[in-house]
Amino acid sequence: MKKAIILVATLFVTPMLAQANVIEERLDAYKAEGAGPFSAEAGKAMWTKEIPFEKKGEIIKGRSCATCHNADPTTPGKHAKTGKVIAPMTLGAVSINRKGEEEPRFSTVKKVEKWFKRNCKWTYGRECTPQEKGDFLMYFKSL
Amino acid sequence: MKKLLLLTLVMMFSHQAMADPFLSTFFRFKGVKPMDNDLYNESCGECHYAYQAGLLPKRSWEKMMLPEELEDHFGEVAELDEEDRVELLNLLVENAADTSFYKRSMKISRSIPEDATPLRITEVPYIKRKHKPMTDKYVKNNPKVKSLINCNACHREIDKGIFDDDTILIPNYGYWSEIKDD
Repeated sequence: MKKAIILVATLFVTPMLAQANVIEERLDAYKAEGAGPFSAEAGKAMWTKEIPFEKKGEIIKGRSCATCHNADPTTPGKHAKTGKVIAPMTLGAVSINRKGEEEPRFSTVKKVEKWFKRNCKWTYGRECTPQEKGDFLMYFKSL
Repeated sequence: MKKLLLLTLVMMFSHQAMADPFLSTFFRFKGVKPMDNDLYNESCGECHYAYQAGLLPKRSWEKMMLPEELEDHFGEVAELDEEDRVELLNLLVENAADTSFYKRSMKISRSIPEDATPLRITEVPYIKRKHKPMTDKYVKNNPKVKSLINCNACHREIDKGIFDDDTILIPNYGYWSEIKDD
C-alpha cells in the first residue's frame, strides 16, 4: 500500500519537477551569460509594460505580455489575432497540444527559448536580454 | 497492351496501397495527402491548423519558409531554429500540391496562374471559388468559426485529407450538404 502511495505521489510530482528543472537550467544558463540576480518583482513590472518600437517605418505600440497572456498570468490567455487559448504561465499549468493531449507548461528548453524569442520580438521588436528572461521566469515561479 | 499498362499503374501505386488498409487506399488519392509528421504538427499546429502541404504549390512554401518571411508571418513572429526550418521546408516541398497525385491537390495546383505565388491558402483560386457560398453568417459572424483560416471548424475529416461536402458540418447551422439546397 505504501508503495502504491509513493508511486502515485511520484507520478504527480514528476512533471512539476521536470518543469522546475527546465526553469532552473535556464536561470543557470542566463547567469553564465553574466545576468542576475533575478527578481520576480522586475518580471512582474515588465509583464504589463508597453514599449513602443519601430518596424518597417511604422510605430508599433500598445503591446505587452498581457495583450495575449492577460494582466493576471495565472488565468488562461487568448491570442490577440487568432483567438487561440493560451495556457496560464504557472508551473503547474498544462497545455493541450494539437492531438488533444496534455503537456506541461514549461516542457523543454527548446520550447521556452523559441517562445521567448518569438514573443519578445512581437512585443518589443527585439529579443529579450538574459536578465529580462530570468526575471520573467522568477515571476512565473512566484505565481 | 492495355493490360500491361494497367499492370504497370497498379505496380506503381502498390507500395502506397500496401502501407494502408485496402479500403482507405481509394480515399487517399481523392483529397489531399494527410500530414502525419510530428515536427510539422507540433511546430505549425501550435498556433493554427497544420494545413496540409498539398494545399499550396512548391513555390509558395519556398517563399513562406524563408527566414525573413517567417519573421513576419502574416503579422506574427513565427521564427524557427534553422534545423527545424530546413526540415519543415523539405517536407512541405516534397508534398506540395503541384507534384501531388491527390485529386484535390491537382485541382488546386491547376487553378493557380503560373506567375502567381499565393501565400494565403484562402487566395488559391480553386479554394476561393469553393468557399464563395460561405457568407459572413456562416464564417465571420459565426463565433465557432470566425475565419476561413480555421478549416477544421467545419471540415470534420480534414485530418484525413478529406474535404467532401458531406463531411462539412458548420457549427450552429448543420451539414453543408443539407443546407446548401435550401
